[in-house]
Amino acid sequence: MTAPKTLYDKIWNDHVVHEAEDGTCLLYIDRHLVHEVTSPQAFEGLRMAGRTVRAPEKTIAVPDHNVPTTLDRAKGIDNEESRIQVEALDKNAKDFGIHYYPVSDVRQGIVHIVGPEQGWTLPGMTVVCGDSHTATHGAFGALAHGIGTSEVEHVLATQTLIQKKSKNMKVEITGKLRPGVTAKDITLSVIGETGTAGGTGYVIEYCGEAIRDLSMEGRMTVCNMAIEGGARAGLIAPDEKTFEYCKGRPHAPKGAEWEAAVAYWKTLFTDEGAHFDKVITIKGEDIAPVVTWGTSPEDVLPITSTVPSAEDFSGGKVDAAQRSLEYMGLTSGQKLTDIEIDTVFIGSCTNGRIEDLRAAAEILKGKKIKDGLRAMIVPGSGLVRAQAEEEGLADIFKEAGFEWRLAGCSMCLAMNPDQLTPGERCAATSNRNFEGRQGRGGRTHLMSPAMAAAAAITGRLTDVREMM
Amino acid sequence: MDKFETFSGIAAPMPLVNIDTDMIIPKQFLKTIKRSGLGVHAFDEMRYDDDGNEIPDFVLNQAAYREASILIAGDNFGCGSSREHAPWALSDFGIKVVVSTSFADIFFNNCFKNGMLPIVLPQEQVDLLMRDAEKGANARVEVNLEEQTIISSDGDVIKFDIDPFRKHCLLNGLDDIGLTLEKAASIDSFEAKAGAARPWA
Repeated sequence: MTAPKTLYDKIWNDHVVHEAEDGTCLLYIDRHLVHEVTSPQAFEGLRMAGRTVRAPEKTIAVPDHNVPTTLDRAKGIDNEESRIQVEALDKNAKDFGIHYYPVSDVRQGIVHIVGPEQGWTLPGMTVVCGDSHTATHGAFGALAHGIGTSEVEHVLATQTLIQKKSKNMKVEITGKLRPGVTAKDITLSVIGETGTAGGTGYVIEYCGEAIRDLSMEGRMTVCNMAIEGGARAGLIAPDEKTFEYCKGRPHAPKGAEWEAAVAYWKTLFTDEGAHFDKVITIKGEDIAPVVTWGTSPEDVLPITSTVPSAEDFSGGKVDAAQRSLEYMGLTSGQKLTDIEIDTVFIGSCTNGRIEDLRAAAEILKGKKIKDGLRAMIVPGSGLVRAQAEEEGLADIFKEAGFEWRLAGCSMCLAMNPDQLTPGERCAATSNRNFEGRQGRGGRTHLMSPAMAAAAAITGRLTDVREMM
Repeated sequence: MDKFETFSGIAAPMPLVNIDTDMIIPKQFLKTIKRSGLGVHAFDEMRYDDDGNEIPDFVLNQAAYREASILIAGDNFGCGSSREHAPWALSDFGIKVVVSTSFADIFFNNCFKNGMLPIVLPQEQVDLLMRDAEKGANARVEVNLEEQTIISSDGDVIKFDIDPFRKHCLLNGLDDIGLTLEKAASIDSFEAKAGAARPWA
């Protein structure tokens, strides 16, 4: 009998092209997603070496980081460097013959939303992208992680990566979630528990009833932030919900091939008794709606808490917490719900899917945002935007006072004109609250779409449960 | 890629934990389509004020550390974004080695692709090197990859671990893609086998 395997072991084993004596492996890559920021130097490298893209049919490109999200974006990109970068992707996609969704295509959007939406991401695959949030695709039971530009070039040229296997970690969320608690609260709470380096060297498998109960959108939110916990990848075993989501997508298999695929996908689970190097268990009922107070995603607290003081921490975190408090302009002991905000950003590869917009709309329906607040909703793809319009969500947002934008990464990392000004405080559904992330001097509080919508109404951090 | 040779250099202390890649190179500098020229923007928001003037307190702006080639850093260095612009910026500044108790996975990988050496050491040894670095420009530290040693200015010899394959590639300045293409036949046969088993993939 063979030893019981984890889901990660199984996907890994099915993709090893070559294993050296020291355990260094050449791993085959099924899907390579490409965006404009981390790829130009890789394509330039190919050209200089006279190399081609080995598997253009498995390579998918879409511009997302730099693209304007204002309704007039058909006029082009004002910022010259941004424009050059997007034009370089246009040209590279054409020259190397890879699949491409240009800015003008309704299917354009954030690469991690487009991949699953178009059926490129499927269970059991290896998926990489020059972007740390590639972890998102793990929601399908695909081994997915971010890579650097040199590795982008390596995958383009060889369709493989040189890898050593990570350790296995299990994160189990047992039981049910309480009302008002979402996938975002799960993933932030896990990082609050493990710290941003707690997952370093591991691939995390998320499991348990609360994970099973999540929609595919929710599972993508959870896996998306595996990287914020330091993990190489996050995984969730595929099940009927996964198959249902994939079925009929443009690039999903059809007919007999679909049946064969599902039969294989059903083998993708962790065997009874398989070994995990680290196990974390959290009760679903113990998770509250949370927000971040500092400048690291591990700075997570339930919305009912108060701002901590540097002395609450130990080691190097004391100085880091002090620096965070100063940067964020907060006083220890202050109630989180007393923190007033200037801006609300709903969107990103973490929370820019249709379910996220529905959750925000449910809170915002018939309400107005606080006077003077700047608020924007940036759907994750053109198709999410179209669906939200069809469902009447866009009208709710516009009537509430939100700007209703076109698809892109937008204010998550502020490479396009959507940026915070120094001192501007933002309730954001994105994934990073680093210093300067949303604009130099900008102050970011991470939270779920429902919590961000609640904050938009009151103008301060708010417990969404008071509005339900 | 240049071969990684033994050298001695100035080590700069950066004890802050969780130094992320947004700090190392902020997003406005990711719009380049080149790898070079990012050194002047390394740690931009910590290094310059709103008017572009140097902030004197920042370690790499201090006279003793302007020529630093080694960083002694707090825990979890390089966390966050996958941007290879982070090691490009450090390398362009002149940094060849970063020492910490831990590194984020993608940053760690990216360093090796650019001839840089990230070294993981236990807390006590990082503390020792941090104190050494705080002495300033006279405290030159030697890094010998062949022997896997760091020698502090006081002569303390600290051994470090490194993956043998990565050591080999750094010492010889090897190009990963060239190495992998030598295994093209294995990739061909994998594709034939996997294509039959999982034609949808």
